[in-house]
Amino acid sequence: MIDRNPWLTFVSHAVLILGVAIVAFPLYLALVASTHTADAIVQSPMPLLPGAHLWENYQAALFGSGKLGSNTTVVRMLWVSFVMAMVITVGKIAISLLSAFAIVYFRFPFKMLCFWAIFLTLMLPVEVRILPTYKVVADLGLLNTYGGLTLPLIASATATFLFRQFFLTVPDELVEAARIDGAGPMRFFVDVLVPLSRTSIAALFVIQFIYGWNQYLWPLLMTTSEDMYPVVIGIKRMLAGGEAAVDWNIVMATAIIAMLPPTLVVMLMQKWFVKGLVDTEK
Amino acid sequence: MEKRVLFRSAWLPWVLIAPQLAIIIVFFFWPAWQAVLQSFQMEDAFGMSKEWVGLQNFQQLLDDPSYLNSFKRTALFSILVAGSGIALALVLAIFADRIVRFAMVYKTLLIVPYAVAPVIAGVLWVFLFSPSIGVITYYLGELGYGWNHMMNDGQAMALIVIASVWKQISYNFLFFLAGLQSIPKALIEAASIDGAGAWRRFWNIQLPLLSPTTFFLLVINIVYAFFDTFGIIDAATQGGPGQSTSILVYKVYQDGFKALDLGGSAAQSVILMLIVVALTVVQFRYVEKKVQY
Repeated sequence: MIDRNPWLTFVSHAVLILGVAIVAFPLYLALVASTHTADAIVQSPMPLLPGAHLWENYQAALFGSGKLGSNTTVVRMLWVSFVMAMVITVGKIAISLLSAFAIVYFRFPFKMLCFWAIFLTLMLPVEVRILPTYKVVADLGLLNTYGGLTLPLIASATATFLFRQFFLTVPDELVEAARIDGAGPMRFFVDVLVPLSRTSIAALFVIQFIYGWNQYLWPLLMTTSEDMYPVVIGIKRMLAGGEAAVDWNIVMATAIIAMLPPTLVVMLMQKWFVKGLVDTEK
Repeated sequence: MEKRVLFRSAWLPWVLIAPQLAIIIVFFFWPAWQAVLQSFQMEDAFGMSKEWVGLQNFQQLLDDPSYLNSFKRTALFSILVAGSGIALALVLAIFADRIVRFAMVYKTLLIVPYAVAPVIAGVLWVFLFSPSIGVITYYLGELGYGWNHMMNDGQAMALIVIASVWKQISYNFLFFLAGLQSIPKALIEAASIDGAGAWRRFWNIQLPLLSPTTFFLLVINIVYAFFDTFGIIDAATQGGPGQSTSILVYKVYQDGFKALDLGGSAAQSVILMLIVVALTVVQFRYVEKKVQY
């Protein structure tokens, strides 16, 4: 702070409080809706303060089948979301660490070709090639499997570039020291490089976990079996019956449950999350 | 940029890079290539026969008013999303940069929408704006404004813009805040000593120094509006009413998976890819050069 203008400080707080209020409003109302009976919510206007039906709504959301118009419970869907997010996160980080190591620390034929091939995948999301990707996954017999859910989403290179950028800043003396100690490349990778990359790994973990957890279009296409639905698909399916037939209290309880894991991950790991975002893109 | 010290091995780098190459070849390059091939072919809905038709799919697309409209809608939508998202985030970041107390609390609360899935963001905003039970709809009604995004094109567009901006604001905010905080304090202090007020300092120092960040965010936000809003649209309007919120990526899905027009959908994919590649090139051309202050 340069000047201590109390009026400006007051305005700053006012603007930020307004901003937070607008950003938080939909979340607050979802929370309120998840504590009322379905009948209370269809009153116009719906109550703006929490009601007394929190437990039964969340219980119905988590374990009540039939509410979804399917036989699958939200607990099962949460599990699918979790496995999907974890496989995408761990898979992407693992293959990216290895390939970035190869690109930065070795000289080999076609290295630049490999580099550009990986580079090309950087900004082309799965959305633009959904049909042919669907066909490939179908031909490989991966529809309705975790492999089909995750592999096409692992196939992009943001993580490789983050690690490459980071490896380039690692001092060369470390390699020389490792060499003098008689360590081979893999030894160097495991004992020096990976531990040094902790912060980048943590940052990527947050970003990729959220990316994986929140995937919608791809699972929508390739899962036809209800017990392979991730939870975000489940929520969308609850709206399928048309507005009148929707149990909004259960929908909102489910939405809150589905938002909880990624929100917690972001809040608890905020420091790494911000670092990861700002570093990946610049 | 290369390392001075390298490891030597004929086979190890290939083993290391193999998993990544395998996955991007099978799930990225192969499908992308298929999309290009398919865009030059006509296939019946059951995949029984294929015919090479050259540019006919593209020709048809460009002659199809509904595709051209989708193009215009996408342009309008991304300008609205990127423009208002960037402006609002910039305002919030400037004020957040000024304060010390509670900065962490504001920041944490403003970040939350980033963690919310697009489709859930769509559901939340539909709930608020639902014609029958929405709270905002109710109060708008009290004010004498009738809201029904299921009937009104403009309102449907407004709804998906609001939901998309809401979701993207955290991302823009974080980048602006990081950008502001990386501006050397000495610069601001010098200006202050020269008698520049907060407004002058913002206008003459902070904003120009933020221009690379702003440009970067512009590209990222346009890509976001193009692709990552699929879930929002599917939950909020499903492209309707009519086709009024069916942006390009939604149309690829509708034509490909719902209407089974494979060639047409593939041609659309190819056009989308070209747009993204162009955006990427622009970004690297300009951002890489301009990013050093």
